[in-house]
Amino acid sequence: MAIFNLNINGKKQQVDVAPDTPLLWVLRDHLQMVGTKYGCGIAQCGACTVHLDGTAMRSCSLPVSAVKDMPVTTIEGLSEKGDHPLQLAWIEHDVPQCGYCQAGQIMNAAALLKDNPTPSDSDIDSVMNGNICRCGTYTRIKAAIKTASSKMS
Amino acid sequence: MSTIIKTKYNRRSFLKVSTAAGGGMVLGFSWLASCTSPTPEQIISMPKEWFDINAFLKIGDNGIVTILSPNPEIGQNVKTAMPMIVAEELDVDWNKVVVEQAGLDTGKYQRQLAGGSQSIRQGWQGLRMAGATARRMLVEAAAKQWSVPMAELRTEAGTIYHDGSGQSIGYGEIASAAAGIQVPEEVELKDPKNFKIIGTDRKNVDGHKIITGQPLFGLDVQREGMLIAMIEHPPAFGQKIKSIDDAAAKAMPGIKDVFTITTYPEGMEKQWSDVNAFNELVVVVGNSTWEVLKAKRALKIEWEADDKLESTADYEASLAKALEKAPEEAARKDGNPEKAFRDAEKIIERTYSAPFLAHNTMEPMNFFAHVTADKAELEGPIQTPEYLRKSLIEVLGLPEEKISIMMTRMGGGFGRRLYGHFAVEAAVISKKVNAPVKLIYTREDDMTQGTYRPAYRVTYRAALDKDNNLTGFHVRGAGVHGSPVFANRYPAGAIDNYLAENHGRDSNISTGAWRAPRSNFIACAEQSFIDEVAEAVGQDPIAFRLSLFDKAMAKPVGENNDYDAERYAGVLKLVRDKSGWGKETPGVYRGVTAYFCHNSYVAQIVDVVMKDNQPKVQKVWCAVDCGIVVNPASALNQIEGGIIDGIGHAMYSAMTFKDGKPEQNNFHNYRLIRHREAPVEIETFFVDNGIDPTGLGEPSLPPIAAAVANALYRATGERVYDQPFIQNKQILG
Repeated sequence: MAIFNLNINGKKQQVDVAPDTPLLWVLRDHLQMVGTKYGCGIAQCGACTVHLDGTAMRSCSLPVSAVKDMPVTTIEGLSEKGDHPLQLAWIEHDVPQCGYCQAGQIMNAAALLKDNPTPSDSDIDSVMNGNICRCGTYTRIKAAIKTASSKMS
Repeated sequence: MSTIIKTKYNRRSFLKVSTAAGGGMVLGFSWLASCTSPTPEQIISMPKEWFDINAFLKIGDNGIVTILSPNPEIGQNVKTAMPMIVAEELDVDWNKVVVEQAGLDTGKYQRQLAGGSQSIRQGWQGLRMAGATARRMLVEAAAKQWSVPMAELRTEAGTIYHDGSGQSIGYGEIASAAAGIQVPEEVELKDPKNFKIIGTDRKNVDGHKIITGQPLFGLDVQREGMLIAMIEHPPAFGQKIKSIDDAAAKAMPGIKDVFTITTYPEGMEKQWSDVNAFNELVVVVGNSTWEVLKAKRALKIEWEADDKLESTADYEASLAKALEKAPEEAARKDGNPEKAFRDAEKIIERTYSAPFLAHNTMEPMNFFAHVTADKAELEGPIQTPEYLRKSLIEVLGLPEEKISIMMTRMGGGFGRRLYGHFAVEAAVISKKVNAPVKLIYTREDDMTQGTYRPAYRVTYRAALDKDNNLTGFHVRGAGVHGSPVFANRYPAGAIDNYLAENHGRDSNISTGAWRAPRSNFIACAEQSFIDEVAEAVGQDPIAFRLSLFDKAMAKPVGENNDYDAERYAGVLKLVRDKSGWGKETPGVYRGVTAYFCHNSYVAQIVDVVMKDNQPKVQKVWCAVDCGIVVNPASALNQIEGGIIDGIGHAMYSAMTFKDGKPEQNNFHNYRLIRHREAPVEIETFFVDNGIDPTGLGEPSLPPIAAAVANALYRATGERVYDQPFIQNKQILG
């Protein structure tokens, strides 16, 4: 066990966990932030996507010891009132079915739009290809990303 | 015309009117502690008192209405649609409705089950009555207060009006009096043409929570003093535990205990939903998920075979062998098929196959349980809470009233959570460690201990005479734990000489319902074969299908035909017209399909293009007849999801076995459809016929694979018979 001082959603958090504990489980088990989801544990489905220093990362495969002082943003901190343009677009397009993968989809899309505010269809396909939606809401996700993109640019 | 319906029929089961005590009953009911939290605006307007009108709804003194959604929510959006139906008949403003998930309560609700696409169809009448009965009691209370006849009152958006005197009163103001009104013997239901909520787009009631990452799912359940549990099951079907060395695991930090459990005791009377391949499991219990996972990996377990260890090749061979022979009895026989085939000028025979499939819900199996000496509290994702409780009564030896089950929102169901062994395991573990426990399956545990879609194989034969008339039809199906053939479905009823035959074989691989069971395979086979027969007789594939429906309408063969040929033909004509069928676009290859299941009719046309030698579904047209559509926006989402799910599994997915061991265990080697492979566009049309609603969560899935297969044939000149159409290749994460 070791003490880690983390900067999560702009707030300092201290946890005492094994250094190899994935950030995912630190968030879920130790900080009671359950918006970041467990899907596969091997960075293959994207349900656990967070931003580490502004870059989309799979928190299931990111040991807490690697986080250091880099700021972490989770779905809970993407916006204060759930009004990030992507979150609003998700509601506008009524994207979710079961909803389980959607936090990861939104976090990945948010990183995409930060780097590339007006992505083409094929940009969206290649960046979002690592995020599985078992319910098959892919066409709505793409439409919502485009709506958010048009509102942000 | 409005419908008058007797309430007696359902009265005992769902109408529970509380006795008014001191002007109304205060329920001590809190939004904040509830499953669905209100918006900030709703918090501001939170009522001081709630009045319990019946099992489905409570009205606050300020007119806010809480509607309980009785059925489990797996992503089919019944948590929005079912309360919409209550709200419609209650005649309230949807913006003043707060939705809550009801827990299991068989005294109040009927069929709290997510399965067979039946929540709306079977809930329809009861939900309407719940709303209508409450509305009628509110009106009666107002009539008494104003001393006017009820017939002179009307309601609109939560307010009762007496136009003669100009008086009006909100539901919230009269709710206290209404709670004391006798439940009416009969109520009037709205004429569907006067619906104001049903048939309009309403957002998912959990939408805000989903996009902000609030706790909703079983895996999100947290309790004071809760321990985490994981299981280890044999790596192969047909194996059991031989010996366990848990010394290293037990010594690891945060670990409370390692032990084995037996889930279902020997000789127990099992429910249909008690399917599990591995009844004895090794369990690790500890403080946190990561600590438990590490200890689970440190276990040294020896396994031994206690049954056959079979491979995919064994299943394929045995199903193929089964198809060589007729079963002792036909599932259906019309006319004289033997003669039709004997006299045939030409016989077309084709065989289709599909592999086992895992459900792969994005949220792996999990459940919370707190079992003490005299009661059990369970919470988690379960499609069959009522059957789970029946099992728990047997397993825990507790009476029904001492077992509570709360359903969380589920990160997907697809049939997997019909089989609640994981919840029973959680209860057994909690009892053993005498603490609240959340059991979590890893993705690997989940994928390698499935209740899989069985492997199937079917042979179709068509007899044609010298004039290319279809004179005989024969289908013989075989599958693990049962045949995929529905003997009374199309084209039964449209062909004079018809024969359907079924074979099944046993297996120690656990199988179960997987979204649109059996249909998810047979629709593709049937509609691919019909396409090939149409081509052989030189007819347009839609015209050929329609000619069979004409026959089934004009002079149906046999008596037990499951489908309505007119509605079936209706969706096919609709999709034909909407898609501009018949026009050719260079480089675009079209395929058509139609199927009936879960009481609904679906026809689809796809446009496939070839890109870098890989097929891509460019556009899907879909026509659906599922009667009244409660929430069109969400219905479209269901249809689109079923289409993408159907394309994905037929094109890419397979679960294979080697000596009993699943060869796929996570998403790096089990291929699921991803963003890039999804259709570019899906356009859906609903038939507007005012018929009571039927299934929606499943029917768009089964047929779509055939539309793709038929388009692929036009693109490549080759028919595809075996799923997955695209064999596994390197998967990129």
